[in-house]
Parts: sequence; structure tokens; C-alpha cells
Amino acid sequence: MGTETLSFIFLNAVLANNFVLALFLGLCPFLGVSGKLNTALPMGLATMFVMLVSSVCAYLINLVLVTFEIEFLRLIAYIAVIASAVQLVEMTLKKFTPGLFRSLGIFLPLITTNCAILGLALFQTFKEYDFLQSLVYALGAGTGFMLAILLMAGLREKLELSTMPTITQGAAVSLILGGLLSLSFMGFAGLGG
Amino acid sequence: MIKEKPTITWETFTEGLWRENPVFVMLLGMCPVLAVTNSAINALAMGLATTFVLLASGTLISLLRHNIPKQVRIATYIVIIATFVTIVDYTIQAISLDLYNALGAFIQLIVVNCMILGRAEAYASRNRPLKAIVNGIGMGIGFTFALLCLGVVREILGAGTLFGLDLFGPRFEPWVVMLLPPGGFLVLGAWLLLFEWMKQRKERAELEAAAETR
Repeated sequence: MGTETLSFIFLNAVLANNFVLALFLGLCPFLGVSGKLNTALPMGLATMFVMLVSSVCAYLINLVLVTFEIEFLRLIAYIAVIASAVQLVEMTLKKFTPGLFRSLGIFLPLITTNCAILGLALFQTFKEYDFLQSLVYALGAGTGFMLAILLMAGLREKLELSTMPTITQGAAVSLILGGLLSLSFMGFAGLGG
Repeated sequence: MIKEKPTITWETFTEGLWRENPVFVMLLGMCPVLAVTNSAINALAMGLATTFVLLASGTLISLLRHNIPKQVRIATYIVIIATFVTIVDYTIQAISLDLYNALGAFIQLIVVNCMILGRAEAYASRNRPLKAIVNGIGMGIGFTFALLCLGVVREILGAGTLFGLDLFGPRFEPWVVMLLPPGGFLVLGAWLLLFEWMKQRKERAELEAAAETR
């Protein structure tokens, strides 16, 4: 492990092992914020940024933990770093784009509990990626998340214009859409490993 | 803010089972729900592990609720939850390595299960320990029940087995897609459709009954 080429890692994270549609990580924002394209895009960007920051921090922290042989603290250390990174993004958005800050609402602090981000930090540790590989992996995962949430938002905007039976209103139809998207992403399975 | 009611009622317990079922009604903690329910036994193990973390962290947070400063409460909750998840992680690894490998990173990802943090914030931090425990048990059972609903359907359709027992004999052609990621989305979508249909039928029946009596 840890010998894969950078382009393979990137494509694998974006398409074949898409974090949302193949690994089921980060479903809460995927279902919660994908109602409109113009909130889905900033959500995707914010998540991507937090992913990059926390991936770098997680790599450095893991070095420290391994040196002192205290790996059992890994989970606690990672989650603390992610929470701080989210706080940073929150303050930046609040300062520079207050309108956007309000439209993301509760989902912004909830990036902390987005499993895609902790999952990314854990996976890169399990796969023993080096620094550059971790960074590319985080970029790929972020792009994959953005791709999934944008596709979903596009579909749901179209769906609003069509008439649906009353029982399918709400979450059920989003899940079935997610299933169909996931089915189509399985076509990329041959690309990854 | 909801006022603290000291009495523990039957409602405290049953709330999580059905009316506020974390998965089917509130759509919380979806990631493990879809990811590990490809067999009934995985679903059961995940449900129990989550219930334990929910109960233990709920109890501790409820005991400490007057000592945790408001500004840092979320960080405190997460550290408490992470501690219990680490315990569960090592325990499962010690009991059954097969199960540990099947569940993969999702045991550690219990930390970021929004249901647990949500209950800590909305319930455990506002109620007495005993009440938080009773409610936690209800929520945990509700969560496990939802996981089992998905796990059973996916295992029967996807592999033709239930808890590893063969159901249909060798002539059965399994729907492999049910074990793959899309199956998770589709089965949960189908369950939600069913519940929504039941709810609307009940509402219609009540309306008709009300119209008749008038």
C-alpha cells in the first residue's frame, strides 16, 4: 500500500469510490442541502476546504501519535482538529459572505459531524498514504462530494417542476434518486481498486 | 428552550421507537444505516454498538450537565462520545475480528453519527440522568430496529439468506444489486414510501370518520 500513483488516487476518490454514492459518507448534507444549486455549490466548496485542511492536520498528527505510540488517541485528536477547522470556515464565511452564512444555516457547524471528513482522515491513515498522496486523496474526495451534491441538486430542481404522487414527497424520492445516481456511478467501478 | 419535566412516562421510552424514530422519521445517522446493512447480523451489531455509545454518553452528559460551560458544550460532547467509541472499537476488535473487519471504519465513524450528538444536545443536556437513560434505550432500540428492517430485506433479496441461514434453496437467483450501494438507497426509499403511504391512509380514514360523525 501507499505506492499508488497520484492520478489513480484522484480518479478513484472522485468516481470509482465516490465518498457519497459508493462509500455512504456525508449523507446528511447530501440529502439536507441538495435542494437548490446555489446552496449546494458553497456547501460543496466549504466541505472540500475543510477536507483539505483536516487531511493535512490529520497527517501531521498521525506522525506525532505514532512517534509517541499513543494511537488509541487518534479518534479524539482527529475530531478535535476537524471541529477547529470547521470553526475557522464558519468565521471566515460569517465575516466575508453573511448572506451565504445564513443560507447554509445549521448545516455549516454540522460539517463537523460530516462522516466524509472523519472518514477521509481515517482512510488515509489506514492506507498509509504519504503527504502528497493524502493531499490528492483529499482533493479527490472533495471533488467527488461536490460532484455528487451538484448532480443531486440539479435533479431535485428539475423534480420540483414535475407533478408527483403525494406519498413520494419528502425524503423518500431523494433516496430513490440517490439510488439511481449510485447505480450509474457503479459504471466507474472498473476504474478503481 | 423546553422546560425540564421531572416525570418519566411511558412516552419517554416509546418516543424513540416509533413517533420520533431516528432513522425513519428524523432521518438522522443515515451513513451507517445505509453502509453496514448489507446483512442482518452486521446491522444488529452496528445497532447495538450505537445504542451503547448513545446510552453511555447520554448518561455522562446528563450527569455533567450543570458543569459543562455553554460555549464549549459541543466540543465537550464530541470528546465524551469519541471516548466511548474508542472503547467500543477496541471491544469489538477483541470479541470478533470478522465482525470488526466487516464493519470497517464505520465503528469509528459512530463518533460523527448525528443522532448521538443530536440526542446529547436536545435531550441528555436538559434532563435528569434516569430520564436520559430511559429515552436513550428507546432511541437505541428504534435505531437498531430500523437497521434490522434494512438489513433483513437486503440480505433476503441480495443473498437469499437470513442471519446466514439459507431461505430459498439453490434455485434462487440473488439480486446482487441489493448488497451493493444502490440497494441501500433503494430499500430505505421503499421503506419510507411504505410508511408515508400508511400515514396518509390513516389520516384519510380519520378524516372520513370525522365527516361521518358530523
